[in-house]
Amino acid sequence: MATHQITVTVNGAAHAATVDSRLLLVHLIRDDLALTGTHIGCDTTHCGACTVLMDGVPVKSCTVLAVQADGAELGTVEGLAGADGMTPLQEGFQEEHGLQCGFCTPGMLMTGTALLESNPNPSEAEIREAISGNLCRCTGYVNIVKAVEYAAGKMGEGD
Amino acid sequence: MSDSGGGGQAPADLPLWAETRDAPEPDSGGGSGFRLIGKPQRKVDGLAKATGKAAYTDDISLPGMLHGKILRSPHPHARILSIDASRALALEGVHAVITGRDMPVRYGIIPWTPDEYPLCVERVRYIGDGVAAVAAVDEDTAIRALSRIRVDYQELPACLDPEEALAADGSEERPFIHEPRREGRNGNVTKRVELSFGKVDGRMAGAEVVVEGEYFFEGTTHTPIEPHCAIGRYDENGRLTVWSATQVPHYLHRELASVLGLDPATIRVVQPPVGGAFGGKSEPFDLEFCVARLAMVTGRPVKILYTREEVFYAHRGRHPFHMKYRTGADDEGRLQAVDAEVVLDGGAYASFGLVTTYYAGQLLTAPYAMPAYRFDSTRVYTNKPACGPKRGHGSVQPRFAFEVQLDKLAERLGMDPIELRRVNFMGSDTRTVNELRVTSNGFLECLDAVEKASGWRERFRRLPRGRGLGVAGSCYISGTNYPVYPNEMPQSAIQLQVDRSGRVAVLSGASEIGQGCDSMVAYITAEELGVPLEYVRVLAGDTDFTPVDLGAYSSRITFMLGNACIDAARKLRRKVQEAVAGDWECRPGEVQLAGGWAYYAPDTERRMPIAQAFNLAEARFGTLGATGWYNTPRDNHGDYRGGTIGASPAYSFTAHVAEVEVDVETGVVDVARIWVAHDCGRALNPVLVEGQMEGSVYMGFAEALMEEHIFKTASQGRAGLHNAPSLLDYRIPTSLDTPEIESLIVESIDPEGPYGAKEAGEGPLHSSIPAIANAIYDATGVRMDRLPFSPPNVWKAIRDAGGPRSLKPPRRRAAAPGESAHAGAATAGVG
Repeated sequence: MATHQITVTVNGAAHAATVDSRLLLVHLIRDDLALTGTHIGCDTTHCGACTVLMDGVPVKSCTVLAVQADGAELGTVEGLAGADGMTPLQEGFQEEHGLQCGFCTPGMLMTGTALLESNPNPSEAEIREAISGNLCRCTGYVNIVKAVEYAAGKMGEGD
Repeated sequence: MSDSGGGGQAPADLPLWAETRDAPEPDSGGGSGFRLIGKPQRKVDGLAKATGKAAYTDDISLPGMLHGKILRSPHPHARILSIDASRALALEGVHAVITGRDMPVRYGIIPWTPDEYPLCVERVRYIGDGVAAVAAVDEDTAIRALSRIRVDYQELPACLDPEEALAADGSEERPFIHEPRREGRNGNVTKRVELSFGKVDGRMAGAEVVVEGEYFFEGTTHTPIEPHCAIGRYDENGRLTVWSATQVPHYLHRELASVLGLDPATIRVVQPPVGGAFGGKSEPFDLEFCVARLAMVTGRPVKILYTREEVFYAHRGRHPFHMKYRTGADDEGRLQAVDAEVVLDGGAYASFGLVTTYYAGQLLTAPYAMPAYRFDSTRVYTNKPACGPKRGHGSVQPRFAFEVQLDKLAERLGMDPIELRRVNFMGSDTRTVNELRVTSNGFLECLDAVEKASGWRERFRRLPRGRGLGVAGSCYISGTNYPVYPNEMPQSAIQLQVDRSGRVAVLSGASEIGQGCDSMVAYITAEELGVPLEYVRVLAGDTDFTPVDLGAYSSRITFMLGNACIDAARKLRRKVQEAVAGDWECRPGEVQLAGGWAYYAPDTERRMPIAQAFNLAEARFGTLGATGWYNTPRDNHGDYRGGTIGASPAYSFTAHVAEVEVDVETGVVDVARIWVAHDCGRALNPVLVEGQMEGSVYMGFAEALMEEHIFKTASQGRAGLHNAPSLLDYRIPTSLDTPEIESLIVESIDPEGPYGAKEAGEGPLHSSIPAIANAIYDATGVRMDRLPFSPPNVWKAIRDAGGPRSLKPPRRRAAAPGESAHAGAATAGVG
């Protein structure tokens, strides 16, 4: 089986890896880099539990090949919180009870992060549209929407 | 109720550790006497889950771990003639192959109906039934090995339809799916229950109106976002550890011992955080036995993770129900008799089916008084994945049919359907017709709440054509009085340990599956012992360290574990109060623990940090720890065979109003909004209760409009093949599909619940489905007696009815709140 040398930057740190052509990005992240906050839910791009940021764009890492990520900047849930603590969106999920079982949460956080980056003050309809590729089976989405609104409000305060 | 609150004014100089965000201010209870209970609090596992740090089962990797895969039957019904695994074993990287012969012990979650093996021994009974399992160095090698296992099958006639299954005779052409347990019986009948209460025929004959209806509830499945996963490790001391995404670690522990022939004392079951379950992980599955056995055979840890497709085949979800109802009432709308006939399509194995068959009838008898009730409920085997318990086990389907029946009854009588439900309210502190004891009952307040919030009086039967409102009510159990296997031991228990720093460890056997039970016990512990929430550590779901709790099913945990936790905490609190009282030379009752302090109640300036109080108690009584437990009232059930099933220490009540818009040209139903009011006894944390209500409404909506767990027939290409085993084809609602949900908490303060609490996780699902059906009727004048209300089904129903029609407003409107003849209205309020 053909292998490839790739370099990816994950949460700011560069990693070189030798990967099979068919290795999925989610397996590179979970198995090779041991970043297990990115979850696998469906194998077929529908649930969004495996969503990560690739050059700032949310992608479902179960349908991206690791070789396609060569040279890319990747962001996973582990990279959100920094020395200053959690991001406003993570705080929103905590404060607004945007999670129950928590399994979809990392994917929701990555999608929500990208949304707030491009649209710091989204309407409810825009939030629902943005997260519509991420399935949650626990919350009925009510508090996930509130969590994103919380983050937008908090980020707006700093302006 | 708690007497730990109400300690006077807060000292201005709280110690630093007590000033953390969640430390409640003394006397902040707003008169309730509680500091934390009843107020929004964070989830104790929220931080780990919001940072990706929570380690679910598949996130665990052990040194030397192998990966397993299960070979599954391609036939819906066949005899296994032989299995040859030699080519698989010859593949480099393959460590072991096991088959049914390696674990030839029947098991089943219900002790009376063990009918499955971890891997099939002689016969496969559905497409997807496990036949052999492989352990290999990695998943790819394991998958390659599966393709090298040769299984010779002799195909048998398959039966997918319950009516056909009932007609089987055990002949070669129409074989039974399981051999009859007694000769002469139909082996395809897994359970039959016939129960009758009161004079059904006489009352039906004397009824002013009788409504008859036939209903069909299509099966649905749980679809947790986390697929099932398990890891087995067998160590050098002969000890087996199984990590599993289960909601019943205790039952798994028992079944592992039984099937593997091991002393249960050598087995440890660990339940990591579970990524959703909804009933779909509430019995042992093949992968748990396989990882255990493969670990024993190979001497290395083994992990199996289901694919999404395997999750669909594992199923144990909502049974398809064929239902016939006759409902009789007098001219005031008061129920006279209910007569039901239900056939449950059980799939290939028993699962919880014995209980499901009872629940199909037993749980319909509240919140309405009915003087006579009869049900005949039959569960049959078919060659499809086994059905089991899904959120609202066995009672969601009959509730759909019955609440539509009530709507039809109201229409016939020209009554407002909310008023019809009020007229039939059974009251609190009463018994149902099938002798279930009902204590607190806030159903009327639920009805009032949704009526008001939805603008029902102004809008019902008055919206433009194509738009409509519908109402429904329901009830559900807060756990069961009798456990799955008969025993006299506590159903739930807690162990508390106090550290000299003031920290309290809570050892809980209960299963956190997202519903918040770890948080619930932390709130109670903090409330009772006066420590800040951050000073409570919850350690849960590990059979080596935590006391037995029977699991996360039947909405039992808040009620049972909550009571157990209060019991343990109060034992400790009394010791601390006594020790501090000794120091202060006062009465123990004058010492209060709150907000990180021990106070002298008559003069709250006199106080000491809680850690110091704990230290005094440890000096006086020795190391501080306490166990607490809860057991159900065992003398409380119906006095007839089966009368224990459905008996619960408390019942929750729900009312829904749904608003829909129906496109009569296409059959597309848009559920614009759902108002749900739920009597949860007391909301220990209202945000968690609302979360359960919202999740329930979402899931009910999903079953009503979108989800169908269905299988192809022979004429569709391949009998028994799952129609849509992926999240593309089995459509679950996205954020765009889900309606707006308004949750209204009703608190009836149950006399036996922890601080008055009852369940909230399953009850609020039930009435969402009939409320939507009834709203579609208001919108179109067309009845939907068959689920789901998908565009083709709705379009066909409208066409068959000859098109939509307008309806007249009821002649008899609802009385204003307070005017109706409430029997024994509870002292509930809308929160």
